[in-house]
Amino acid sequence: MVGTSVVAEGATSTDPRRTGSSSAVTLTVAAKETVAEGVVSLTLTHPNGGRLPDWTPGSHIDLILPDGTTRQYSLCGDRWDAHTYRVAVLREPAGRGGSAYVHDRLRPGDRVGVGGPRNNFPLVPSEKYLFIAGGIGITPLLPMVRQAELLATEWQLLYGGRTRASMAFREELAAAYGERVHIVPQDECGLLDLNAWLEGPNADTKVYCCGPAPLLAAVEQAAASWGPYGLRTERFTARTDQAEPLRATPFEVELRRSGRAVTVSPGVSVLEAVRGAGVDVLSSCEQGTCGTCLTPVVEGRPDHRDSILTDHQRAANDCMFVCVSRACGDRLVLDL
Amino acid sequence: MTEAPVHALTPPVSDADPFAHQNLLNPEPLHQALREAGPVVHLSRYDVHALARYEQVHAALVDWQHFESGSGVGLANFRHEEPWRAPSLLLEADPPRHDAPRGVLREILAPPALRRLRDTWSAAAEELVDQVLGDATEFDALPALAEAFPLRAFPDAVGLGPEGRENLLPYGNMAFNAFGPRNDLVAADAHRAAALGAWVNTQCERAALTEDGFGAAIWAAADRGELTHEQAPLVVRSLLTAGVDTTVHGLSACLYAFATHPEEWQRLCERPELARTAFDEAVRWQSPVQTFFRTATADVDVAGTTIPEGTKILMFLGAANRDPDRWHDADRFDLTRDPSGHVGFGMGIHQCVGQHVARLEAEALLTSLARRVESFELTDTPRRHTNNTLRAWESLPIRVHPAA
Repeated sequence: MVGTSVVAEGATSTDPRRTGSSSAVTLTVAAKETVAEGVVSLTLTHPNGGRLPDWTPGSHIDLILPDGTTRQYSLCGDRWDAHTYRVAVLREPAGRGGSAYVHDRLRPGDRVGVGGPRNNFPLVPSEKYLFIAGGIGITPLLPMVRQAELLATEWQLLYGGRTRASMAFREELAAAYGERVHIVPQDECGLLDLNAWLEGPNADTKVYCCGPAPLLAAVEQAAASWGPYGLRTERFTARTDQAEPLRATPFEVELRRSGRAVTVSPGVSVLEAVRGAGVDVLSSCEQGTCGTCLTPVVEGRPDHRDSILTDHQRAANDCMFVCVSRACGDRLVLDL
Repeated sequence: MTEAPVHALTPPVSDADPFAHQNLLNPEPLHQALREAGPVVHLSRYDVHALARYEQVHAALVDWQHFESGSGVGLANFRHEEPWRAPSLLLEADPPRHDAPRGVLREILAPPALRRLRDTWSAAAEELVDQVLGDATEFDALPALAEAFPLRAFPDAVGLGPEGRENLLPYGNMAFNAFGPRNDLVAADAHRAAALGAWVNTQCERAALTEDGFGAAIWAAADRGELTHEQAPLVVRSLLTAGVDTTVHGLSACLYAFATHPEEWQRLCERPELARTAFDEAVRWQSPVQTFFRTATADVDVAGTTIPEGTKILMFLGAANRDPDRWHDADRFDLTRDPSGHVGFGMGIHQCVGQHVARLEAEALLTSLARRVESFELTDTPRRHTNNTLRAWESLPIRVHPAA
């Protein structure tokens, strides 16, 4: 998500998947374009042109910028194109610098690190959907809208923003879907009339909302009678555990059972380093999606980059997927 | 994989029948011939394109955009032919419909979620091994170990009742035969298809399942809206179809491998932590699931051959797992090898969602055996069981030398 991190509410699950390459963690900025006032979109590709890990609507990636800052952004492209990711980034004056870097310094051809994709905001089956976007919160909802179309499910999109010019993708949405899309710029129309839209509850409809905190609070209040699973939201909040930059320096991994230690350099996976030290670890996808290389952590804090563990499982710091995950600190001790 | 070029190659043609009994019983010669013939071979008997090299099989497995599963992963093309049962929401589905069932099952069967089973299954394996070795030192390892352990561990974990579990293996056998042509193997199951199907469908209902198993977890996901309540029993059915026979034949592949490679058993006894690797190496070496089909979603180019839109592609997982271009000394069962990347569980969005369950079962059984058994050997020629998809055994007669 934009400039800040996301915390999703509701169920978690996804199935982004692997492809052939084992080095999908560094991608190339293939294109950068302005898509609305203060919003640029980035197109990311694999340096060797290979497939990228699969994803589902609602997924986000960790974007690790060349200056080391890490931010999370929703994937808003087309997953039938296995070779590109697309994210859209709002310039946030009050943000922590990630969006400013993307807007001011990032150029086509630059390399960025990518973790995930992970999905804490999956689209669950429903007879009808009501999508509510606030500003740049449109990004995870874009692939959901396309998916609802593919499923021939009834849906409507309520899209609010400060001004018409600041609302990314409004023209392509209106052109593609006509009256299912309700564009509501605040300076022309005022705030979204949430009480009218969320009159209900309607058991046939799932509500998906992404946007700034005041919008989510208003939606939660208006949808209070919809029950715990009728409304699913994705929230922009700074999350301290994701705020640390990626280590740009090597770290030590001790393999306690084998009595060995190995230094892991940037650009080398823990899996590769461990194998280099002569210790076998069974793996399969090598993209952090299949789960085969789960390794118990004895000491140290892993920098999780997989698509599998929930936030709760990540916080336990007791296991990691060594094909993509790394270390936050100088040292990790693994039960290998 | 790209869209088709203008000047496409004509692939080599073979009239071999991969589903003929001699090929099912001994597939390696056909696999070798297909690999050597080219990256794509047209099988004239069924009018399908076959992939037998690792590179093309792997690429087709991960490319769900061009190689769909929703038209069936057997020979039958659901675009024209009626499926023999309601299609699987996982194996025989594509995004976007595949997403929700896969997401739910993936989380329920993910390694962190399985930790609670480790001690239970270790104890169950100890008990079984003690009991079997206490009774005799010569026995058929297929029913005594390879079938008995998964039939004890897995249905309990799903939450099935005690009655009727003997139906699970025949049902799986029937389902895996159904991916092949309508041959004698399919005909042999026809008389009991309805009864087995009815029994399995009954077990998928909420009322038939205990409250603490995988089955109940699937129904709970439906209560949270992650699946519909109509989808829940079909997702349970996937567990019951794909979770038993495959593990049985993965375990029997291990036991056959160790009975015929005593030096590798010695290695495992010295380093029991190799159990997981041993299981994956056996899965690579024997490939319990030999084949799956896909259907081209467009005219697709594979190594210069155009595979026409809407036609079937037969992927030989077993052949890819012994491709000498990918594996050194590919025909050898070797615990010093790193089997990572084998396609015995598939690859990509349809990769076996229960692979971690199977590994945990194998780890429990092999670790228990390694503690109790110094060596074992075949006492007679083991007999294969023919199935259109599974590389399976009918009997594995062994003699065990208990550890001192």
